[in-house]
Amino acid sequence: MNVELLTSQFWDLTVTGLALGAIYALVALGYTLVYGLLQLINFAHSEVFMVGTYAALIAWGWAGLTQESPIPGLLGMIGYLVIGLIAAAVASGGTALIVERVAYRPLRRRNVPRLVFLITAIGVSVVISELVGVLTDRHRAGIPRLVERSTVISIGDFEITNVQLGVIVAAIAMMVGLDLFINRTRLGRGIRAVAQDPDTAALMGVNQDRVVMLTFLLGGLLAGGAALLYDISLENTRYNVGFLLGIKAFTAAVLGGIGNLRGALLGGLLLGVVEQYGSALWGNEWRDVVAFVVLVVILMFRPTGLLGESLGKARV
Amino acid sequence: MSEINEATQRQEASGDTGVKAGVQKTEGAKRLRQLDMARSQFATRVRQRWAALPRWVRVATLLAFIAVLYGLPNLNIPFIRTESIAFSSVLFTCAVYVLVAVGLNVVIGLAGLLDLGYIGFFAVGAYSVAVFGSPQSEIATEYPWLALIPIAIALSMVSGVILGMPTLRLRGDYLAIVTLGFGEIVRLIAVNSSITNGQQGISQVPRPPGEIDGERIFGVVSARPYYWLALTVVLICMLGVRQLENSRVGRAWLAIREDEDAAELMGVPAFRFKLWAFAIGAALGGLSGALFASRQGYINSNSFDLLLSILFVAAVVLGGSGNMLGVTLGAILIAYLPEKLRDFSEDLPEYRFLAFGLALVVIMIFRPQGLIPSRRRAVELKDRQEEVTVGG
Amino acid sequence: MKHKYGRMLGSTATVAALLVSMAACTSEEGGGSSDSASEDGCGLEIGFFGAYTGENANLGIAIYRGAELAINQYNEEHPDCQVEYVIFDSGGSEETAPGLAQEAVAHENLIGVIGPAFSGESSAANPIFEEAGVPLITASATNPDLANQGWTVWHRLLGNDASQGPAAARYIQNVLQAQAVFVIDDTTTYGEGLANEVRDTLGDLVVGNSTIQPGQADFSAVITQLQASGADTVFFGGYYAEAGPFVRQLRAAGSQATFVAADGVRDPAFIEGAGPEAAEGAILTCPCIPPSEAEGTFYEDYQEAYGEDPGTYGPEAYDAATIFLAGIEAGATTREEMNEFIDNYEGQGVTKQIRFQENGELDESVIEIWAYRVENGQIVQDQVIPAE
Repeated sequence: MNVELLTSQFWDLTVTGLALGAIYALVALGYTLVYGLLQLINFAHSEVFMVGTYAALIAWGWAGLTQESPIPGLLGMIGYLVIGLIAAAVASGGTALIVERVAYRPLRRRNVPRLVFLITAIGVSVVISELVGVLTDRHRAGIPRLVERSTVISIGDFEITNVQLGVIVAAIAMMVGLDLFINRTRLGRGIRAVAQDPDTAALMGVNQDRVVMLTFLLGGLLAGGAALLYDISLENTRYNVGFLLGIKAFTAAVLGGIGNLRGALLGGLLLGVVEQYGSALWGNEWRDVVAFVVLVVILMFRPTGLLGESLGKARV
Repeated sequence: MSEINEATQRQEASGDTGVKAGVQKTEGAKRLRQLDMARSQFATRVRQRWAALPRWVRVATLLAFIAVLYGLPNLNIPFIRTESIAFSSVLFTCAVYVLVAVGLNVVIGLAGLLDLGYIGFFAVGAYSVAVFGSPQSEIATEYPWLALIPIAIALSMVSGVILGMPTLRLRGDYLAIVTLGFGEIVRLIAVNSSITNGQQGISQVPRPPGEIDGERIFGVVSARPYYWLALTVVLICMLGVRQLENSRVGRAWLAIREDEDAAELMGVPAFRFKLWAFAIGAALGGLSGALFASRQGYINSNSFDLLLSILFVAAVVLGGSGNMLGVTLGAILIAYLPEKLRDFSEDLPEYRFLAFGLALVVIMIFRPQGLIPSRRRAVELKDRQEEVTVGG
Repeated sequence: MKHKYGRMLGSTATVAALLVSMAACTSEEGGGSSDSASEDGCGLEIGFFGAYTGENANLGIAIYRGAELAINQYNEEHPDCQVEYVIFDSGGSEETAPGLAQEAVAHENLIGVIGPAFSGESSAANPIFEEAGVPLITASATNPDLANQGWTVWHRLLGNDASQGPAAARYIQNVLQAQAVFVIDDTTTYGEGLANEVRDTLGDLVVGNSTIQPGQADFSAVITQLQASGADTVFFGGYYAEAGPFVRQLRAAGSQATFVAADGVRDPAFIEGAGPEAAEGAILTCPCIPPSEAEGTFYEDYQEAYGEDPGTYGPEAYDAATIFLAGIEAGATTREEMNEFIDNYEGQGVTKQIRFQENGELDESVIEIWAYRVENGQIVQDQVIPAE
């Protein structure tokens, strides 16, 4: 155990962990939304995210930003950010909708056991990731640098770069937006209603297909946002990046209490930080082990996650 | 919800996926449902006819079928044979996957526990043989292969109990993610521990004993003897699991799967039986891993990644969770399809997994109850669909 | 109805039993039946065993093509007695390797195999080739242990990591004049083996160690450790797929430590993944010679045939194929004859003077380890790393 590394690099590890955890949390929201509504694990959500990472890259390429180009100025940067965000959100949101339409709706109609959804979702995620793999020769793509790193806040040992701060703030902003949307708008009320009691909601005239589509779309948009942040901070992507990140995000969702939006945020940030601490303490090779052991331990003491599960219930 | 053991299962049955009947009553859906019903009726008819045959005919047919199975590597059947990879090797893989599916079926199909980390047990079994048997290993023993197999089974069983003890009280989806984590932990330990030697792996894994005319029966070149061995093991295990299924234990599992609270009230110690299901499933998984390692001769941590674990679950659900024949077919498809697809796309083996994923989606959309559903499941599905129709 | 069923099933059973007993006599998988190759040495097959598709296909295809060039040239010269080139695409995976090797040895006319390309698949497949007596020449698997398995059919046409690792360490020590080195490996057979050689040679210069996982995309934890260790040079034992983003994130985090890696990273895909700016100045060692330094007209011929520069190990693969072809020309028509021919082979290849030792390795003295440098987005040759 390397306690010295943990203590000497404590703030550095924490900040890195938070920045990564914010991305986990955004993806975790997609799992949590769908789970809260339909009680099913949307296994293909990881690939929805992966498609977003490529969409932003491709859109930047069209707009003239490549690996060789110099780092854009402030205006250019904002422009590219907007382009990237739109591209990633459209691509991820679209993919999520297609997944719902092609793989889930025919099954929902027939009222089949839930496990079947899991398998179709696995099938869909294999198809998407293999398709991208074949199209990109399975190469890892480097992503042009959009933002030059610089330290923006420095208090003693605590230092945070502009990218890290931006990622955390942007992720939290998106989550607050989602929270407001679910709790304050008419459509959001529809989602909560269906999550709480599908039968009554239907009787009250809520169009379930539309609510389900909306939920998938929301999850997709957030995954698109996460994809953009991922592109900016890690600067590379590959056809299989979704798999591991998806598992981490799902773990985060369960950690916080699946179906619970705020739980996803807490779970994501916690997982990100714990991973960094664990990797400093026992070496990078044990980082995922630490993450999973923490999950098991927490579930043993709080069997429904840290904040408990609820999409509709907690906030009535 | 019905697949996963759930107390609230019955109440939710009609609104399983959160969608109420009234909304989804469209013509297309109705037709699909009718199709489903027609299929399950057909399956029932076939079963009834089979049951009505005289006993000797059934036995003879079964024996003939088994004989064909043993003969498969020698029968040069066009279309079924694989051209670009040795057929007996593919058959062996199929047999190992079938054993995995039979074991996983105990956990998922019979007891209703969603286990996404089954690969962990497979790995424990494989590494037990390699670590204790290979002269390259740090903790090599002199035990013969025949002694290593029971060790492998015992160790996987123990790991099943260790995993089950703290986690089996968790609900369905939480159990799923925790088992997934377990599978990954086993793999990461295999990667990082010096005993398992990570990706460098362990070679000279011991092979089954036996010689004919001074030549080892289980050589390195031909996979045929391994296939025959695996097939024999599969048949024995199938018989055992079938006995278990029809015994008190099997009925207990069923009760737990259907409604854990009710089962508990009727005096079924749910936790203990769930633990048993886990342990038996783990033992079968370990045994298949041990066979795999013995044939492979060399294993490393790459052979045990999560994707494979998920494919195992796919095999069970694809074939028809709860039905032994069904999961067998599912496992064969999972093992065989990717290898067979090599033959068709000579220039483009890249598309192999793409085609596989598509097949998975298409089959599940058209046969959601699995290729060969369990009888009970087929009836259940019918019930629920009637509920839906009536409700709308 | 019932009776009809019964009779039908009964007869199926009889037929099936008959089929089985008949088929038991015909065997299609002859292990090591090498004497059935055609008498005149025409129609013989040379195999390529390695990743032609999948994650690491880049390395595999470069090897495949290098050998293909030699075989095409041979076939042009011998229009009436052709040699076939067969792909055994393992995708670089250890699980596929045994089944595929089994299929390969069942090819009666197969007289030799170029590969297996990677170290892991070599461990899994070579016992089968050994038992069937199929001669192997690998142009790329560099794990030292492969030479100690007692395989008689196995040959390696390049230096192994036991020579590459120390050479990389010498370069770090003598040319780069490094004061503090951080060593990373990716836990693979190749990466870990190589990194351990570097660690052993550098000794006290190593100020920190860490590992990454293949497929990992976020290296922040390792980079934090690296920066905390104060290293001025980092050695990376692994493949280009992870090396690219690693360097990129390293530079993004503000570290200027010199990046040194080995042949697994020596691929244009590394620069693609890292971005030219982050990759600039990276040092890559390789037991392969720069294709343009190859003897004879290999470089020009390859460019003409494929319209691009030869990839890593292309020249070595060309040499491997040349040895097999020379064997066929010299009249070797069986696997045993071919293996004997290779064991006694002595000649000048496009990469080096070739003569195999007892264990299948080349003589130490002919092995050259080269250092390459990334300059303006290109991998350019730096120098031969001087021997001890």
